[in-house]
Amino acid sequence: MAKVTIDGATIEVPDGTTILNAARQIGGESVPPAMCYYSTLKESGGKCRVCLVKVAQGSTKDPRPMPKLMASCRTPVMDGMVVQSITSPEVLEARKSVVEFLLINHPLDCPICDQAGECDLQNLAYKHGVAKTRYEEERRTFEKIDIGDKIKLHMNRCILCYRCTFVANQLTDNRVHGVLSRGDASEISTYIQKAVDNDFSGNMIDVCPVGALTDKTFRFKSRVWFTNPMDGHRNCPKCSGKVVLWTKGNDVLRVSARTDQYNEVKEFICNECRFEHKNMNDWTIDGPRHIDRDSVIAQNHYERTDLQKLKLEIDRQIEFEKGKQLPEPNPSLTA
Amino acid sequence: MEEVKFSEGTLALVNKIIRRYPEGKQKSALLPTLHLAQAEFEGWLSVPVMDYVASLLKIKPIEVYEVASFYSMYNLKPVGKCLIEVCQTGPCWLRGSDDIVEHLEKKLKIKNGETTSDGMFTLKTVECLGSCGTAPMLQCGADYHENLTAEKVDRLVEKLRTSDKRSSYMR
Amino acid sequence: MSKKFLLEHVNVPRIETINVYREKGGYAAVEKALKTMTPDQIIDEVKFSDLRGRGGAGFPTGLKWSFMDRKSDKPRYLVCNADESEPGTFKDRYLMEKLPHLLIEGMIVSSYTLGAKAAYIYIRGEYMYIVRILEKAIEEAYAAGYLGKNILGTDYSLDLYVHPGAGAYICGEETALLESLEGKRGNPRLKPPFPAIAGLYACPTVVNNVESIASVPTIINITADKYNDVGIGKSAGTKLISASGHINKPGVYEIELGLPVEDFIYSDEYCGGIWKGRKLKAVVAGGSSVPILPANLIITTAKGEKRLMTYESMADGGFVSGTMLGSGGFIVMDETTCIVRNLWTFARFYHHESCGQCSPCREGTGWMEKVLHRIEHGHGHMNDIDLLVDVAKKIEGNTICPLGDAAAWPVASAIRHFREEFEYHVKYPEKVKDPKHFEKEPFEREALMVNG
Ligand SMILES: Cc1cc2nc3c(=O)[nH]c(=O)nc-3n(C[C@H](O)[C@H](O)[C@H](O)COP(=O)(O)O)c2cc1C
Ligand code: SF4
Ligand code: FES
Ligand code: FES
Repeated sequence: MAKVTIDGATIEVPDGTTILNAARQIGGESVPPAMCYYSTLKESGGKCRVCLVKVAQGSTKDPRPMPKLMASCRTPVMDGMVVQSITSPEVLEARKSVVEFLLINHPLDCPICDQAGECDLQNLAYKHGVAKTRYEEERRTFEKIDIGDKIKLHMNRCILCYRCTFVANQLTDNRVHGVLSRGDASEISTYIQKAVDNDFSGNMIDVCPVGALTDKTFRFKSRVWFTNPMDGHRNCPKCSGKVVLWTKGNDVLRVSARTDQYNEVKEFICNECRFEHKNMNDWTIDGPRHIDRDSVIAQNHYERTDLQKLKLEIDRQIEFEKGKQLPEPNPSLTA
Repeated sequence: MEEVKFSEGTLALVNKIIRRYPEGKQKSALLPTLHLAQAEFEGWLSVPVMDYVASLLKIKPIEVYEVASFYSMYNLKPVGKCLIEVCQTGPCWLRGSDDIVEHLEKKLKIKNGETTSDGMFTLKTVECLGSCGTAPMLQCGADYHENLTAEKVDRLVEKLRTSDKRSSYMR
Repeated sequence: MSKKFLLEHVNVPRIETINVYREKGGYAAVEKALKTMTPDQIIDEVKFSDLRGRGGAGFPTGLKWSFMDRKSDKPRYLVCNADESEPGTFKDRYLMEKLPHLLIEGMIVSSYTLGAKAAYIYIRGEYMYIVRILEKAIEEAYAAGYLGKNILGTDYSLDLYVHPGAGAYICGEETALLESLEGKRGNPRLKPPFPAIAGLYACPTVVNNVESIASVPTIINITADKYNDVGIGKSAGTKLISASGHINKPGVYEIELGLPVEDFIYSDEYCGGIWKGRKLKAVVAGGSSVPILPANLIITTAKGEKRLMTYESMADGGFVSGTMLGSGGFIVMDETTCIVRNLWTFARFYHHESCGQCSPCREGTGWMEKVLHRIEHGHGHMNDIDLLVDVAKKIEGNTICPLGDAAAWPVASAIRHFREEFEYHVKYPEKVKDPKHFEKEPFEREALMVNG
């Protein structure tokens, strides 16, 4: 066991626990945000750098501070370690920087994005972001593509967390997509036109922190906050069958796996449950789904958007649906 | 389409390379094998070629695509018979690499990144090749051409034009 | 003449063949080490020699070796880092091309010390012609009984292989190199674990630079005492310097650590002064990633002392008025150089070479390149200059591997020492339209003295 202090709160955790998971056990505002780490996916984390913390004391044995900020999701605690999360201005500054980096090439097309309202990047930007972008260069763009008939890839929105590749490696037996090219030209791709098709491939959609991988079977493309999320289950031979049903009236618009307060799926679901059962009668309803405090929907940020802007964005969306080039997004809507 | 297959000699070489690594670690042979493949199959890596390499090393095709697209020496599109790579990084620029690129563009009547219409030359600028002390320089296949001047470049281009060999890193 | 530990015989005809190499005393260190010394004795010897890693970071080699988990029952590996891709650095190429057997000899002694039964030389793919040279030399060494089973009749056996990369600077970072050697993308690993515990195939591994390994035979032959007689303090022995840019005699030079920078630039034994009779403007002293210094600060430190070619003297003044010895890539710029354009080429390089795994480096390197491109081409704004400083600051220290820092330092230092030149580009866009803008009319500035 190791004793670790995070922003003044002390907890004892098993050896090998990461700083992030120790912080999650303590809970509260000191829990670092995480965009690439995913507790149920091995090897994830370390990449986005948004979970950086300051290790003010390495351990009781070696009390020296660590020279650089550390990725809390991949750094194991040591006995006597002292960590600063939100009590370190340096950490807050670094997180803000990472958010800015993640946004410079992001299309900011939230108003037309399926993920809006349940997007980790959107939530993060509200919490840590700066109001105005300083980036005036051209944004990186990719074509959006279908990877199979069930999943759509909007590479423009991807933040290269690698989670979907871990899903393919760890939950399916044949990975056909991966990260191609390098640097800021990197992209998630199958390289050749190929369907990502496998019993568990749909989980890529749930682990995606942004709207890069979305469910093509999401019916009527409703905004998430107009839907009524319910917990439901069915007897499934392939998976736990425990899901969230995104409903409107009597329709099941979309099915996803259940996530915890950190927006992580603990029990992955199979593609049959996700894509094939869009009828209320297929499911036993367990009750309403609780939405996390951090989310944009929960905080009603969307109501702040004035109607004129919303109308402009809807126009943009219509153009977009017609297959036209998107006009410049309106940063004031999202920043 | 013709079946993609290494020559006997190359196949033997691939097997020899695989034996350099411990049992079960044959994926280690991927980079050297892709070099051989590029040399044998017209200077670039097509999907069938990459799939063939995947089958030889018993790995998934996507593992090959991921790697091939990461490293700058692998061409994922066809290139001219002679791929001319001019270094453009600071130390070479200090010694006039811009002039060399400009000269080549004029001489070959193509822009950086393009291939001549006869498929003879592809011109590409690259980053530091470890030849900064003999700058400006270019690489064509395995050969380094250093301390370049416009005249030297002219002579080289004429020589390459009449050579019947495709440029290759493996020679 | 200064001492030459590495290049003493470099001009001997056919020194690349094993017979000539042996005539000149080659492979004596293998005999001595394998037959008369234990691995622990060798580690101590290397520790006492004060040899520091020549790949850039300058980490003490003996200490690194002592971290190797030699109790593990897994195989152990030695991997030679011959990826040499830092702009301005070409010494390893010279050494391998001219003296392949020196590297092989170092590999044998070092592998024996670390208990490695297989060792790899990971060489950048562009050096394919050197792969041939090395493979030929390795074949000779096998035939002569220096490699393979029961070397020189001892019970030590070693296999040595050359493994080519395929164009990626990041594979010089040791964990990216190991990934690449495993046939993967060159994405650096998160540390810990360090390679000494879990490196190649998750086995204990040491990664060392070509020049570090090639220095080992000398230490064995002449002893640590004699080795660190050369140099000053913790900067012991000799170092290969790759000299490039606006000098009369570019090339690779072996210097004794401690040589004054001024002598290195102006003496005929080395660079032979600035070309075309021009004046010195600036130097990037240790490969493109180290801070650039203006002429006055590279010759003398801010305290007014002569700056020496040692790890410590180069770093004197920290990042305010000092730099680093780094990989020894010594890039010299004369008075006609546009600092902004040179920096833009560096920024373009790091942008091109970022592996793209972590967001500050992936996004930040591209951002800096684009802003620098604008400034250099006359489309900059005044606030771009501070923006660059800020973006660099936000990358530095926040990334997985030091490539982020390597991209940030040149930007931060160039603006620190040459801010007027950036401002000039913004103020007079039409004057920088010609790509050779300062060649005809050097940019005039007052000598900058920075208080240390
Ligand atoms: C981006 C990057 C590139 C590097 N490139 C090289 C290189 O080309 N050659 C090298 O020897 N070390 C390089 N290094 C340093 C290696 O990571 C490592 O420190 C070195 O190989 C250790 O050997 P040494 O202790 O003998 O110097 C690089 C480091 C970084 C972060
Ligand atoms: S700092 Fe750059 S090169 Fe290093 S891991 Fe991050 S993205 Fe890759
Ligand atoms: S969550 Fe830790 S680096 Fe991304
Ligand atoms: S900068 Fe061109 S070879 Fe180094």
